[in-house]
Amino acid sequence: MFGYYLDLALRSLKRHKVLTLLMVLSLALGIGACITTTTVLRLLSGDPLPQKSGQLFYPQVDPNAKEGYIAGQTEPPATMTYVDAMFLLHAHRAKRQAAVALTSGKIAPQRANERPFYSDGVQTTADFFGLFDAPFEYGSGWTAADDEGGSQVIVIAGFLNQKLFGGANSVGKTIRMNDHDFRIVGVLKPWSPQPRFYALDLGGHDYGGDGDAMFLPLKTAMDLKMGPQDIECYNAVTDVDNLAAAPCMWLGVWAELPDQAAVADYRTFLANYAKQQVAQGRFSRDETALLDLMGWLRDQQVVPDDVRLQAGLAYGFLLICVLNTVGLLLAKCLRRSREIGVRRALGATRGAIFGQFMVEAGIVGLVGGVLGLCFAELGLFGIRHQPAEYASLAHLDLSMFLFTFVVAVMASLVAGLLPAWRACAVAPAPQLKAS
Amino acid sequence: MKLHPMISALRRHKAGVVLIALQIALTLAIVCNAVFIIGHRVERVNRATGLQEQDLYLVSQQWVGAPTGDDADSIQKMDAMQREDLAALRAMPDVASVTPTNSLPLLNQSWNGAMSLNADAKLLDGNARTTYYFGDENFVHTLGLHLIAGRDFNAGDVTNKGFRNTSEPAVVIVTKALADKLFPKGDAVGKIVYLDGSGTPSTIIGEVERLQVPSTGSWAGSFAWNATIEPVRLNGNSSSYAVRAKPGRLLAAMKATTPLLYKVNPLRVLDDDSVKSFADIRSDAYRADVGMAALMGVICVILLGVTAAGIVGLTSFWVGQRHRQIGVRRALGARKVDILRYFQMENLLIAGIGAVIGVALAIGLNLLLMQHYAMDRMPVLYVLVGVVLVLLLGQGAVFNPARRASNVPPVVATRAA
Repeated sequence: MFGYYLDLALRSLKRHKVLTLLMVLSLALGIGACITTTTVLRLLSGDPLPQKSGQLFYPQVDPNAKEGYIAGQTEPPATMTYVDAMFLLHAHRAKRQAAVALTSGKIAPQRANERPFYSDGVQTTADFFGLFDAPFEYGSGWTAADDEGGSQVIVIAGFLNQKLFGGANSVGKTIRMNDHDFRIVGVLKPWSPQPRFYALDLGGHDYGGDGDAMFLPLKTAMDLKMGPQDIECYNAVTDVDNLAAAPCMWLGVWAELPDQAAVADYRTFLANYAKQQVAQGRFSRDETALLDLMGWLRDQQVVPDDVRLQAGLAYGFLLICVLNTVGLLLAKCLRRSREIGVRRALGATRGAIFGQFMVEAGIVGLVGGVLGLCFAELGLFGIRHQPAEYASLAHLDLSMFLFTFVVAVMASLVAGLLPAWRACAVAPAPQLKAS
Repeated sequence: MKLHPMISALRRHKAGVVLIALQIALTLAIVCNAVFIIGHRVERVNRATGLQEQDLYLVSQQWVGAPTGDDADSIQKMDAMQREDLAALRAMPDVASVTPTNSLPLLNQSWNGAMSLNADAKLLDGNARTTYYFGDENFVHTLGLHLIAGRDFNAGDVTNKGFRNTSEPAVVIVTKALADKLFPKGDAVGKIVYLDGSGTPSTIIGEVERLQVPSTGSWAGSFAWNATIEPVRLNGNSSSYAVRAKPGRLLAAMKATTPLLYKVNPLRVLDDDSVKSFADIRSDAYRADVGMAALMGVICVILLGVTAAGIVGLTSFWVGQRHRQIGVRRALGARKVDILRYFQMENLLIAGIGAVIGVALAIGLNLLLMQHYAMDRMPVLYVLVGVVLVLLLGQGAVFNPARRASNVPPVVATRAA
C-alpha cells in the first residue's frame, strides 16, 4: 500500500513542479535557519565540564556599601576581594577550592633572534588543576607550599610548550616571563573548556581559543605586580599596588562540593561569614550566593542576546514556512477533489486517502530536510567566518544531523495534517456528478 | 464593488483565507521587529565618535626589560623612553601629529570614574560618570576634536606620572555632555571639579564638542559622551600613541611605524595588532552589529519572498478553481478590469485582516523582546510602514494570478465543466 502512495505522491509532486519546488525550498530555508541557530545556541549553552559541573560551585559575597541595596533583590557582585577569597580558601570547607584571576605576560623566546610575545595566563592557587580536571602531559601542578611562599613556578599549556620547546618534556626548565624567571612544573594536554567558565567576569573572552597559555601561583603574580585583567573597586583606592588589602574585587572563587550535605554546609558557612563581617562593620550587606557551574553560566547570561534572538527569529521563520506549506498543500488537495472522489468511489477508504496525502507531505519534508541540511551547513560556514569568539566552534554534530530530519519530517507532517484531513473528508458523490 | 459576494466566496475557502492571513500577520510581526532592530544597529554603528577618523591610527606597544618600580627614578626612565618614541614618530615624513593616549573611542579598553563638584565625594555617589583620556598638548588636534570653549592644553600643562599613581591633574578638558551635566548653565570653563572622590581640585580649562567613551558595551551607554581629558603622560611598561598621518599618507605612515620603533629601541613587543588604523578599530567594534543587521535583513527579504510565493500559489489555485465562474461573470458582462479588481480587492481584504492581527502580534513581540532583551519600545511608524509593506506585497503577489483570471474568455461559460 505504502509503495502505491509513494508512487501517487511522486506523480502528484511531479505534476506541479513549481509548486513542489516552492514548498521544498521554503521548508528547507526554515529548517536551515533553525538548525544553524540551534547549533550555535547549543554550542554556547553547553556544559564545559560535563563530568564535574554538578559538583563545582561559585560562592559570592557582597562588600559594597549600603546605598542602593534592596534586601533579597540586589545580587552580590561577580568577583571577590583578596581578603574574602583567602578567608574562604583557608577555611577548607570544601574538598578543593581555587581563587582565579586572569593575567597576561610577555614571554621571552628560547631561541635567539625571535621576538618576545604576549600570552594569556591565569593566576590561581594550587588546587585549580584537580578542581577542574585539567589533564597533565608532563609534570603536575604546584603545591600549597608554593602558594604560600610565592614560588616562581609555572604550568604551561601544550601549545606554548610546542612553541617554546618543540613539544619536548620541559618540566624543570626555565622560561622568562615579564622579565622574571619561572621554573616549569607542569605541561598541560590541550585543555580549553567552552565556555571558559572559570574566567567569566574576570575580563577575558568567554569562548574560543586554545585555552590559557600559562598558569602561575596567585601570590607570585601579586608579588611581581602582574595586575589582574579586571579590577572593580567599591571605595576610593589609596594604594592600587597593594591588592591584598585594597577595597577592590578581582578574584573568582570555585569550590568542589561532592554532595548535597556539603553544599548545605558551605551555604551556611558562607552566610555566617557574611553576617559576621556585617557585625564587624566590614560589610554592610549580608547577601550571599552559591550557584553551581551551570547555574552560574545562566546567571551570567553567557549566551549572547544576539544568538538567542537569532534562534527565536529562526523558529518564527520556520513557523511561517510551515504555514506556507500548509496553504500550498491545501490548495493542491482541494484542486484534486475530483481525483479523490474517483478513488473513494472505487473503494479507497478515508484512511487510505489520508495516508496518501501524508506520504506526499512526508516526501516534501524529507527533501526539505536534505536541502535544509545543506542550507544549515552553508549557514554554519558563514558563522565560522564571523568575527565572534565562538565562530570556530560552529560545527554540525551527529545529534544535530538527526535532529534536522526529525524537525523536517515533523514540520511537514504537521503541515500535511490539515490538507490530508480535508482531502479525506471529500464526499465522493458530488465530485462524480459534476464531471 | 460590493463586498458581500466576495465575503461569501471567501467563506467557502475558510482554511486558505485563515492561512494566508496568519502568514501575513506573522510576517508583519517579525519583519517590523527585525527592521526595528536593524534600524537600531545602523544608528549605533553610524554615530560619530567626535574624532576626525580619516588618517588616524593607533600604535600600542610594550617594552621588555623596562623599569617596573613606582619610584621617581623608574618613572622618569619610562617617561624618557616614551618621549623618545614620540619624538621619533613626530619626525616621520608622513606624520602630521602624535599624542600619547591610554585609549581611543571604540577600542573597548577604558579607565572610568566619576566627577564631582565636592571634594572627597564617595566614588559611587558621583552622578557624572566619565571616562578618562590621558594625552599631551597634541591630544585635541591629533584626534581632530572641536574645542568649543576655553583653551587647549599647552606644553606647560602637561605632566607625567606612573600608571599606578592616583594623583589628579591641575587642569582638565571635558566634553560638552559632561560639562552640561555638572554645569547646566553652560559656564563650565574655569570651574573647579574633583575627580574620583579626590580631595585635590582640578580646573576645567576647555570644552570639546564631542568625544565618545572607549567602550561600546551597553553598560557604558549611560555615559557614552562623558569624557575627561587629562594633560598627563602615563608611564608604565607599555604605551600607546595616536598618530595622525598627513592626508592620504596613512598606509605609508603605518607601514613605516613598526621598523622605526624597533630601530629606536629593539627591546619591545609589537604584534600584528599593534599598529591599527582607526577604520579597523571602528569595524572591529561594530562587526557584530553589522553582522546582526545583515542577517536580519536577509531573513526579512526571504520571509517576504516566501509569503509572496504563498500568496501567488494559493491565489493561482483559486483562479484555477473558479475558472468557470469567471467565464460566467465575463459572459454576463463583467469587464476584464472587473475580474482583476475582484481578485485584488479579495487579496486586500485578506491582507487587511492579516495586517490587523499582525499589528497586535508585532506590538506583543516588541513587548516580549523589551522584557527579555535590552530593547526599546518600537515607534508606531515602524508598524505603519510594515502594514503598508505587507499590503503592497499582497497586491504585488496577486497581480499576476489576477491578470490571468481576467484573461479567461467568456466562452468558458458555455463549455461543460
